[in-house]
Amino acid sequence: MRDFHRNSLTELAAGLRARRFSSVELVRAYLERIDRHQGTLNAFISVTREQALKDAQAADRALAAGGGGALTGVPIAHKDIFCTRGVRTTCGSRMLDNFVSPYDATVVAKLKAAGAVMLGKTNMDEFAMGSSNETSFYGPVRNPWNPALVPGGSSGGSAAAVAARLVPGATATDTGGSIRQPAALCGITGFKPTYGRVSRYGMIAFASSLDQGGVLTASAADAALMLREMAGFDANDSTSVDAPVPDYVAELAQPLAGLKVGLLKEFFDKGLDADTEARIREALRIYESLGAKLTEVSLPNLPLSVPVYYVVAPAECSSNLARFDGVRFGHRCENPKDLQDMYRRSRGEGFGAEVKRRIMTGTYVLSAGYYDAYYLKAQRVRALINAEFIRAFQSVDVLIGPTTPTPAFAIGAKTADPITMYLNDIYTIGANLAGLPAVSVPCGFVHDLPVGLQVVGPHFSEARVLCAAHAFQRATDWHTRVPQGYA
Amino acid sequence: MSGWETVIGLEIHAQLATQSKIFSGSATRYGAPANSQANLVDLGYPGVLPVLNAEAVRMAVKLGLALNARIAPHSVFARKNYFYPDLPKGYQISQYELPIVADGAIDIVLEDGSAKRIGVTRAHLEEDAGKSLHEGVPGVTGIDLNRAGTPLVEIVSEPHMRSAKEAVAYMKKVHTLVRYLEICDGNMQEGSFRCDANVSVRKVGAEKFGTRAEIKNLNSFRFVERAIIYEVARQIEILESGGKVVQETRLYDPDKGETRSLRSKEEANDYRYFPDPDLLPLELDAAFIEAVRATLPELPDQKAARFASQYGLSAYDAGVLTASRELAAYYEDVVHEVPREPKLAANWVMGELAAALNKDNLDIASGKLPAARLAGLLSRISDQTISGKIAKEVFEAMWAEGASADAVIEGKGLRQITDTSAIERVIDEVLAKNPGQLGEYRSGKDKLFGFFVGQVMKATGGKANPAQLNELLKSKLRG
Repeated sequence: MRDFHRNSLTELAAGLRARRFSSVELVRAYLERIDRHQGTLNAFISVTREQALKDAQAADRALAAGGGGALTGVPIAHKDIFCTRGVRTTCGSRMLDNFVSPYDATVVAKLKAAGAVMLGKTNMDEFAMGSSNETSFYGPVRNPWNPALVPGGSSGGSAAAVAARLVPGATATDTGGSIRQPAALCGITGFKPTYGRVSRYGMIAFASSLDQGGVLTASAADAALMLREMAGFDANDSTSVDAPVPDYVAELAQPLAGLKVGLLKEFFDKGLDADTEARIREALRIYESLGAKLTEVSLPNLPLSVPVYYVVAPAECSSNLARFDGVRFGHRCENPKDLQDMYRRSRGEGFGAEVKRRIMTGTYVLSAGYYDAYYLKAQRVRALINAEFIRAFQSVDVLIGPTTPTPAFAIGAKTADPITMYLNDIYTIGANLAGLPAVSVPCGFVHDLPVGLQVVGPHFSEARVLCAAHAFQRATDWHTRVPQGYA
Repeated sequence: MSGWETVIGLEIHAQLATQSKIFSGSATRYGAPANSQANLVDLGYPGVLPVLNAEAVRMAVKLGLALNARIAPHSVFARKNYFYPDLPKGYQISQYELPIVADGAIDIVLEDGSAKRIGVTRAHLEEDAGKSLHEGVPGVTGIDLNRAGTPLVEIVSEPHMRSAKEAVAYMKKVHTLVRYLEICDGNMQEGSFRCDANVSVRKVGAEKFGTRAEIKNLNSFRFVERAIIYEVARQIEILESGGKVVQETRLYDPDKGETRSLRSKEEANDYRYFPDPDLLPLELDAAFIEAVRATLPELPDQKAARFASQYGLSAYDAGVLTASRELAAYYEDVVHEVPREPKLAANWVMGELAAALNKDNLDIASGKLPAARLAGLLSRISDQTISGKIAKEVFEAMWAEGASADAVIEGKGLRQITDTSAIERVIDEVLAKNPGQLGEYRSGKDKLFGFFVGQVMKATGGKANPAQLNELLKSKLRG
């Protein structure tokens, strides 16, 4: 058996097209790795072995016939927030433990059309609400770099699976950092596109104005390849943007020299761990050596991101999760006495503590008498933050800083105090509030744990952000590091 | 009960006549098997998203233009959050702070012929909910989501109406308007057009409104009238006996003819409205609005004014004939055939025809008596082939047998006698048979003129031309 997992997703796609190996071989090899490590990592909620092998055979036939798309035969995994036809789609919740989706999310359909083969559905925080993957009904995911630690969240399963090379690439979603934060904590590349770039249709909603689908891969080049197939207007999503999708792979070769890099003053605050900061400063020197020009910029309202987010996101979630009422699908309690009893117990049993906390918070901030003070004010501050980003991008091309204040933390360390947990997303939430594209790339280690570097660009500058990440990865090898036991 | 003034505002829900739902591609046909017109979006499945139906927007803009209202260049869909089994998403998509239509008005005509302007505060787009079924599913509640997501426009009036009659006149006018615009089929039995009435009373001359009750889901003009009359009496009775009206939602029970409390203000839901993040704000530019304006038909008030001037009709007749687009078209089809007789046509359409339709419980669109056929009858009156009186007999036969006027006239030999010598012959015979009456007439008993007319008509089977008969009889009587 060849060590397929030592190859990048881009290399595997090319190898399949050149018919150096078959998709069936590749899929078998990855399924074997999943089998071997699932017990430790708990990265998957469902493994779709038989369908994957069938799809791999079909891919091999297509390749043999000289056909196929950009990803034909390439194994991937989907975060269990994306609806997959005929496959259980749980969103990490007991509420949807029995839910088999009757349709494919647009992202799933697009990747299918490009030829990708799904190996399974990855674990996640319940309804994407969490920063550690500890809120999943299916148990916590463990960090491949140290199984006592969290992988980050909410896309912890996708991140751990890619970091452990159980799959070369996985879809993920990012509402407040749920792609970038686990990418940072697991030492991989996580890319969140501009809001509206990737369809949200079939992606179970947490906070509709913030949710955006993206990818977790080993490198920016792999991310570019997957994103090119996922992005684009979808008539089923009114918030998706009807703009042409550039060839992100071709754009990677753009030179970096002259790139104006802004250092966000607010990202280098007292909450930033000193060792983590040291890695970020080293990365910035590499950018300088590649010809980038650094300047400091300030977004005075950015420190309000976390409170704004924890008003807006729960408000939307309180409404989005109302459909889980036990009437048409999902969990329904045993022997309901009456309608109220059915609602109370179905939802009471189906949702976990963090989801309930956010539904309650959201219900509160939208209530009569509180709406103006919370929801409306939060939306105003959000608009200010957006305006500050736009102003900053008049003088710089990208903003670079840390993805998280610290490396991965221990399982259980922050579960008792939600606010401490929420602060883990302090550097990532801004890009969601403003709908900006952003990536996290590995940039070194602190006590053997990976550190993530974040690059944020203006709206629809996916190509530029990916290019900046790619240039860094050509100059460094942090993204090739694999945790011990998974090499 | 005197000294009180009634204050009424109506919220009318009109179902838009789109082919598909407001946020999904499902059909909106009425009466389909339960849940056969509910797709994943209507069912509120995880991950689905709404996409706005452009046709529903065009229809709402049409309504706004017809109400002389302001069409918002920027309006926003909002979520109205509440739990109910037939509300699949746990929220209804509606418009709250920024509706698509605002500040319109509609003119109604009161019984005494005077006009009154009723302000329309706003009209907004929203989706309907499904239905809970309690019959035919023993022991459980069934849910039919065919109606979920059906487009509605909610038309909210100012509290400008002062009686049940005014409220009904307003509701009828709105009904006429939406049907003219072809944005709603107006079918009240199927719930396509229904209203909630906000009713309060206050002392005549009082500035502040009294506490109001909202009466929900009135689906006939008669129920609106009865419910308001009942509610007004109930409130006055409470106030006159020293009590206080409670702000609440009430239901009208048509069997008992009374309203009863559904829920009080304290029990009312906090709907937690907020802008729907799944839908972009609706932006309408002037070009779009003008393009919709170009599709507006002639509106009821314009048509009535034209009928009055073009056909010389009274304002009342013009109003009656333009109450529906079908009736107005029918009338104009008739006039097209008998262009010199617009008043005659009006009288027949509003008189005999309306009565016959009413008797058989039909409406003008039934096609029971095509316009050309009625025009055929009127032509025979106009050219004096038959008298107006005979025409009623002919009409009855046409209605019963579906025959043309000419066939009935020929078949029954009802052609009017206009031959002077023939009429004179009959007059001579009548005078000869009634010498006594003739003597009395000639000695000054003028009233006997009618007797002679009657005798001649009897002898001719009513077919003598009345004008000619009068003329000839007068000269014969003079001797």
